[in-house]
Amino acid sequence: MDIVETHSSGRDAALLPRPFQKWFAEKGWQPRAHQLELLSRSTSGENMLLIAPTGAGKTLAGFLPSLTDLTRRGKIPPGSAFTGIHTLYISPLKALAVDIERNLMKPVSEMGLDISIENRTGDTPQAKRQRQKLNPPDILLTTPEQVALLLANKEAERFFKDLKYVVLDELHSLVTSKRGHLLSLGLARIRRHAPHMRTIGLSATVSDPMDLQRWLVPQNAPEGEDPVPPAGLVHVTGGAPPDITIMRTEDRIPWSGHVSTYAIPEVYEEIKRHKTTLIFVNTRFQAELLFQTLWTINEDNLPIALHHGSLDAGQRRKVEAAMAANKLRAVVATSTLDLGMDWGDVDLVVHVGAPKGASRLAQRIGRSNHRMDEPSKAILVPANRFEVMECQAALDANYLGAQDTPPVGEGALDVLAQHVLGMACAEPFDPVELYDEITSASPYATLSWEMFERVVDFVATGGYALRSYERYAKIRKTKDGRWRVSNPAVAQQYRLNLGTIVEATELNVRLVKRNAQGPAKGTVGRGGMSLGKVEEYFLEQLVQGDTFLFAGKVLRFEGIRENECLVSNAFSLDPKIPAYAGGKFPLSTYLADQVRGMLADPDRWGVLPDQVRDWLNIQLERSMLPKKDELLIETFPRGKRFFMIAYCFEGRLAHQTLGMLLTRRLERAGSHPLGFVATDYSLAVWGLNDIGAMIRTGRLSLSDLFDEDMLGDDLEAWLDESYMLKRTFRNCAVISGLIERRHPGKEKTGRQVTVSTDLIYDVLRSHEPDHILLEATRRDAASGLLDLARLGDMLARIRGHITHRDLDRVSPLAVPIMLEIGKEPVPGEAHDAVLQEAADELIAEALG
Amino acid sequence: MRYAGLEDIELMHRLALARTISGEKAATGAEEIVVNGVLAVCDPLGGLYLPETGMLVVSDLHLEKGAAFARRGMMLPPYDTIATLNILSAVITRYDPKVVVSLGDNFHDRKGSEHLPADLRSLIATMARGRDWIWINGNHDPDGTVDLPGTCTDELFYGDLVFRHEPSLISGKGEIAGHLHPSATVRRREKSVRRPCFASDGTRLLMPAFGVLAGGLDLRHRAMHGLFDREALVAHLLGRDRIYSVRYANLIG
Repeated sequence: MDIVETHSSGRDAALLPRPFQKWFAEKGWQPRAHQLELLSRSTSGENMLLIAPTGAGKTLAGFLPSLTDLTRRGKIPPGSAFTGIHTLYISPLKALAVDIERNLMKPVSEMGLDISIENRTGDTPQAKRQRQKLNPPDILLTTPEQVALLLANKEAERFFKDLKYVVLDELHSLVTSKRGHLLSLGLARIRRHAPHMRTIGLSATVSDPMDLQRWLVPQNAPEGEDPVPPAGLVHVTGGAPPDITIMRTEDRIPWSGHVSTYAIPEVYEEIKRHKTTLIFVNTRFQAELLFQTLWTINEDNLPIALHHGSLDAGQRRKVEAAMAANKLRAVVATSTLDLGMDWGDVDLVVHVGAPKGASRLAQRIGRSNHRMDEPSKAILVPANRFEVMECQAALDANYLGAQDTPPVGEGALDVLAQHVLGMACAEPFDPVELYDEITSASPYATLSWEMFERVVDFVATGGYALRSYERYAKIRKTKDGRWRVSNPAVAQQYRLNLGTIVEATELNVRLVKRNAQGPAKGTVGRGGMSLGKVEEYFLEQLVQGDTFLFAGKVLRFEGIRENECLVSNAFSLDPKIPAYAGGKFPLSTYLADQVRGMLADPDRWGVLPDQVRDWLNIQLERSMLPKKDELLIETFPRGKRFFMIAYCFEGRLAHQTLGMLLTRRLERAGSHPLGFVATDYSLAVWGLNDIGAMIRTGRLSLSDLFDEDMLGDDLEAWLDESYMLKRTFRNCAVISGLIERRHPGKEKTGRQVTVSTDLIYDVLRSHEPDHILLEATRRDAASGLLDLARLGDMLARIRGHITHRDLDRVSPLAVPIMLEIGKEPVPGEAHDAVLQEAADELIAEALG
Repeated sequence: MRYAGLEDIELMHRLALARTISGEKAATGAEEIVVNGVLAVCDPLGGLYLPETGMLVVSDLHLEKGAAFARRGMMLPPYDTIATLNILSAVITRYDPKVVVSLGDNFHDRKGSEHLPADLRSLIATMARGRDWIWINGNHDPDGTVDLPGTCTDELFYGDLVFRHEPSLISGKGEIAGHLHPSATVRRREKSVRRPCFASDGTRLLMPAFGVLAGGLDLRHRAMHGLFDREALVAHLLGRDRIYSVRYANLIG
């Protein structure tokens, strides 16, 4: 039976050229409805967004319009005029671009289509890149960075003028980052070269599809022209609902912590029961610890591997290859495995630690059983009692199909600066034309002309009020009012600095043999295995002999030689230095809301494990549980300290900011706060004075303490002395091109060109606090590190809904956060006290 | 050699301290030590004062570092020179020295002193009025200064001390040198604090870098090997408003 012929009558025949119909028929498949709808609407000129779960044939759908068009066009006869690329495919991962080339070549060669498909990534050899410019393929598969590079080139127009389709894969993950901002600006420029090109966005489910539909089309239509309607939407729902459970264990669920080691025997049993298990964790540290612990009980010697971003690329490739060949039984992985690739026959996903966001969970679970019509199987392993509730909430959310992806957000200024320089490298630009082009990109639709001018000024000379760098300007305004680059070296510098991902400075970790005799420095051997990379700041606090966990091993730090960190096997199970690195996702707003709802409603506790239910019941007896929109504050004494716990459920970042601001206010109120600690769920502040009594007697008003006005002066004052902005500033400085990226290996040859961004930050802040880069830093921090928007929303929500319980001892609900105290250092506090202590020792030594 | 960025350098404190003490004569928070028999005062602003001869020593000013970068296409803030000179002015006011010795790497590159803007030039002239000024040449600025008060030289012998930019590998007796931007890390329990420092074993002394964009190099770095008798080495760290002296062996508690 010819499925294509019988099922899809005249319409499909018209849409699909003969080779396609034949191919589908031979496979015994039929084109899916969404593939045909996308094809027909895209062909008729619409920009399109396809939202579909994994396994729905998204990739083929995205390429059908361009494949059919190319088939109808046929091969360009030799000797014709230069023809640029026909289709541009952009993916967030270069590995994905390579993967897609393989997946796409298969049907193309089976259908016998004469279409050239090539990828272009950072790994593509220089000769091939050159050839691609002279003789472009029909379809180019690439990344946002490569698009920017191609556009910053004098031949960009020639290269892009024949472009018909831009296919954007994993659009939901691209648009929310600075890479997405850069890409949106690139698209705006591409549209100028190829006004009739159409966009096709491919995305997993998102909370607000209209955001993406708008992102795909130009904004702010010129006067006299009709605005371009948002991209059309094809939304594929369904697929079998996933089979998700929460791990039940023999052992007690810990009160606090993030590592779930209590459940490892059960996780191991599940690995044994399944063919291939993917184990997702939230941080590199969790990955390391879990991997190591699994191997201590791996009596069957199952092939279990580790995969995270700091591991050596060679090792990662090996794991990926073994995975694709179904040679592994389990892989412990961080978010490096989140996106779209096909990983062999995974039949179970174990998620260790709470997923922190319902969308992330859905994405990760999608990794198992890559066929839409069969249910994916997943087990959640909460690390502590709050996480049990979070897992349950995420589980409900997944069945409901609820999504909590972040909004697209306003375009970042550092990215804009990078783009402006790139455009000057391409050709001299007219500022008004460039402004119109930039504001046609949705993240920059509301950019003011003044801000644009400041960015151009910044690119030219740094944009300082003290105008002393005119003679060194990177771009200059010519007589005809256009800006051009001053010299070719500027373009070279731009190419080296391009991109929006700023890695922390990292050193290669090399395993060497330790000479048991003398001091290791001079005697350790060379040429051992490279294990991966660690951040320099982490190594700075180590001294020789310290042990730490990395690449699944406990390692002994031997020293730093040139750009390498030398380590030896520690032959111990107990690392001395707890590696606490970033990469922890804060609890999503949506999930936080669900957890609050569950807490407030005892009817929903039936699904929770007994231990957790008992814990909540005792809390009800001893204190209370907050209603969904209420903020519960508990105060109690413990030891010689008085504690105040606020159960905000707004995620760690917002809580940290709140903690910083509250301690300032409590200081002013005379309650002598000593410190605070923040988790995803609550905030604990402690001090020498009885905060509970102060509230009871009216000396301290909670509604004043939590008033929204803390986001005014207190915030400003705190930012003035905060260390947290320095990290954000560093990223902005690199992305905007203020300072050069460090390129590994280049340090040795080049003159000494490094400079500490912390010092630049201090100098700039004390002399020109309104500088555009500081503005960019504050904006970034407000949405990222400080999570100000979320804190503001919470303060508004709880106004008039604060309930205080003054207790005589710690409450059950407070136990998890009380256990966190002392584990994490509070940043920016008491530095001179450490010095004082060390100096006192010297005095004691002198006197003693 | 690459100087690490100091996350914990509290430059803002040095800038603030320079503001609060300007005009104030009494030296608070300074630490008196002895180098090769000569009394020396380590000041938390980063200068070394020798009361017996009325000399003030500063090192590695790296003036016009921002401009040096701008010349190569990195538009660092043009405010580093004024910030450094403001701190220098505060420490000169505090000690009113007869002689100021700047120990080399006075400017970040060879073009720095020639292209120094006029207002900054006159600021230095004002500071130098009524005292001697000696510019020791450094590796960044081996050609000496242009159109500035004072004398340029590679080395200076004075009393029992010798002043040079790069520490000598042959003999360190009585040597006051810069170049290496020493800093030290103090670790107690989980916390570590890193600050620029004066480093001395009583025989020679290494000066902290004075320039606000200068960065630092840890005393444990191999470039420091062999310069000191580590048994006697003490790091005098620049704290918020005073010097903290910690024995080398006790840095990592």
